[in-house]
Amino acid sequence: MNLKSILIAGVFGASSLMTTAAWSATDIQWWHAMGGRLGEVVNEIAENYNASQDQYNLIPTYKGGYEDTMTAGIAAFRAKQQPNIIQIFDAGAATIINAKGATIPVAELMTKHGSGFNIEDYISGVRYFFADSDGQMIGMPFNSSTPLLYYNKDAFAEAGIENPPATWEDLEAMAPKLKEAGYIALAQSHSPWIMAENFHSRHNIQMATGNNGYDTTDVKLLYNNDQMKMHWSKMKEWLDAGYYGFYGRAWGDNQDAFVQKKVAMWLGSSGSFGGLTKSADFNFGASFLPYWKSIVDEPTGTFIGGAALFAMAGKTDEEYKGVADFFAYLTKPESQVFWHKETGYVPITTAAYDMAKAEGYYDSTPDAEIGILQLSQPGGEWTKGYRLGYYVQIREVMYKNFENIFSGNATIDEAFAAMEEESNELLERFNATYN
Amino acid sequence: MKRVQFEHSSIPYLFIAPQIIIIAVFFLWPAAQAMYQSFLLEDAFGLSSQFVWFKNYSDTILSGSWLQAAWFTMIFSVLVTFLSLAIALLLAVKANEVLRGARTYKTTLMWAYAIAPPVAGLMGNLMFHPIIGDLYKFFNAIGWDFDHKLDAFDASFVVILISVWKQVSVNFIFFLSGLQGIPTSVMEAATMDCRSPTRRFWTITFPLLAPTTFFLMVINITYAFFETFGIIDTTTQGAPGGATNTLVFKVFQDGFRGADLGGSSAQSVVLMIIVLALTVIQFRFIERKVHY
Repeated sequence: MNLKSILIAGVFGASSLMTTAAWSATDIQWWHAMGGRLGEVVNEIAENYNASQDQYNLIPTYKGGYEDTMTAGIAAFRAKQQPNIIQIFDAGAATIINAKGATIPVAELMTKHGSGFNIEDYISGVRYFFADSDGQMIGMPFNSSTPLLYYNKDAFAEAGIENPPATWEDLEAMAPKLKEAGYIALAQSHSPWIMAENFHSRHNIQMATGNNGYDTTDVKLLYNNDQMKMHWSKMKEWLDAGYYGFYGRAWGDNQDAFVQKKVAMWLGSSGSFGGLTKSADFNFGASFLPYWKSIVDEPTGTFIGGAALFAMAGKTDEEYKGVADFFAYLTKPESQVFWHKETGYVPITTAAYDMAKAEGYYDSTPDAEIGILQLSQPGGEWTKGYRLGYYVQIREVMYKNFENIFSGNATIDEAFAAMEEESNELLERFNATYN
Repeated sequence: MKRVQFEHSSIPYLFIAPQIIIIAVFFLWPAAQAMYQSFLLEDAFGLSSQFVWFKNYSDTILSGSWLQAAWFTMIFSVLVTFLSLAIALLLAVKANEVLRGARTYKTTLMWAYAIAPPVAGLMGNLMFHPIIGDLYKFFNAIGWDFDHKLDAFDASFVVILISVWKQVSVNFIFFLSGLQGIPTSVMEAATMDCRSPTRRFWTITFPLLAPTTFFLMVINITYAFFETFGIIDTTTQGAPGGATNTLVFKVFQDGFRGADLGGSSAQSVVLMIIVLALTVIQFRFIERKVHY
């Protein structure tokens, strides 16, 4: 053997060693919908995870908004190029969960490829939203938020009001005082989520047949009920009286109205807390989503909004192991508390909540706890969430009819009848498609 | 008698191949896919599917929201096409007559040409913002109870205004070059025969511009039907109450937001047929009146 061949062998040997080293880490693709600051936190989580072990290499990719991410995932799945993990939002849950074989339920994944799974580890408000009718968790709740009331403490002081309203009756009573002080009392950023879906949960009212849609896809929407109609006739009344400000559908425009001190109270997400701390130049506080005393004496909890992570099917066991390993990392109290503090989304496990409490986080920022407290309020039969097909379109139908109520183009009865009819047509289509 | 035979060569085919391939890949193939998909009820992930004939068509086309969108699209397209042509023509004629500072006028009027529809939409959004929008404040200050977030007329006004504004400069460029293409001798002869500039415009200038106008009309209708998508998406998104929803935006909403592939495909096939029919009508009935 001459020098040259030794050299060649050496180079080959080294390079093959290097490639095996690089190949030994399995890539795990994670498509998400977290832009801006949230996206940075997601990247940080991935970096921390990759630094914590060397078996898997987690690659987060921002795919646009919730709908864009879902569409990208669907297109990729159809082309057999799907990522390992995809983030799907509440309104899209029925689409991915009813497509049998598109995902592996997270409970099954963790039992088979990971270190086991116990649904009792999760706080009650997040357990069942992304679960099937037997209570098996399908998607891992990721960015979980719930609707809260934020109020401008300075405006309240000007109007001579001490406490935020606990009920809608309270809110109605204080609205004229706020108006006198130069404020519109209320704005809110998501009519379907806050004023319909969680309205039903808060008052423990059924919102769809078939166990809110969890049991079957053959369902009818029950929004056309007296309590909803009462609430929305009040909303219209408040709009006309100048107690409620409608700034369009866009989340940000309504939040701006609060930040710009046009309105004194704003209904947004528990996840909005961090952003408000940076943008509002006045004292503000957070409180629970109001309820109607005339409907219930004691309110029930709300359920989560936001999105969950789904493990997509059609991958190798090695990759499933990686996904399970990452999910285990993500649900560790340390990761959850980090996510909670950085973004304002609620921690999803009791262990994480206890850890944040023990750290004294809520002593310094009590408002950050309101979301979890509300999610942990006693549940009822109708507080675990909903599973409704083509719900993105149904929300569109809802927006449309709410606007018709506000503009006076339709009476309350007409709007809710139209909403019921068009939504049920969509649900029927969904049922025909997915069966 | 011997027929003249030119030598056969395959080179011309080679030259048109790129264009044919592009049309096949980006139009024919997706269009065929959409047609096929429009007869299927298929879950979004493609795991189960059934052939349902025209169910997707009847479900979507007969629904109230589609009819509402179709009606708005018609009115919107007519207004956007007419207004952007009329305003551009007026500006082009006037700019053509300007002697001093003509360049500045022309450049300024052409400027907006480079702006993409979504950007125009975002600019409009700022101007009509209920808290910081200057136009919103202005309209309310002059006594118009302007609220495009709830009033269907006001919302339509906003999207039409932005769409027309964006398109005027495109039309302006074409009209201006059309005007400059009219021989000076013809105009001079007309001036000797007729004193009224208005009459000269309608009897001489406008007919001579007819080919440009016809071309622009076809382009503008396509613009109003499809390209304004970016403006609708960044401003009203069909609100309030579906009053500013256009057909192409609804295809996007149902297909790309709502993951209803069959319904969305059926709508896009119908949209394709409508535009095809419109184009045929334009070429058969209007082009006859155009003299090149």
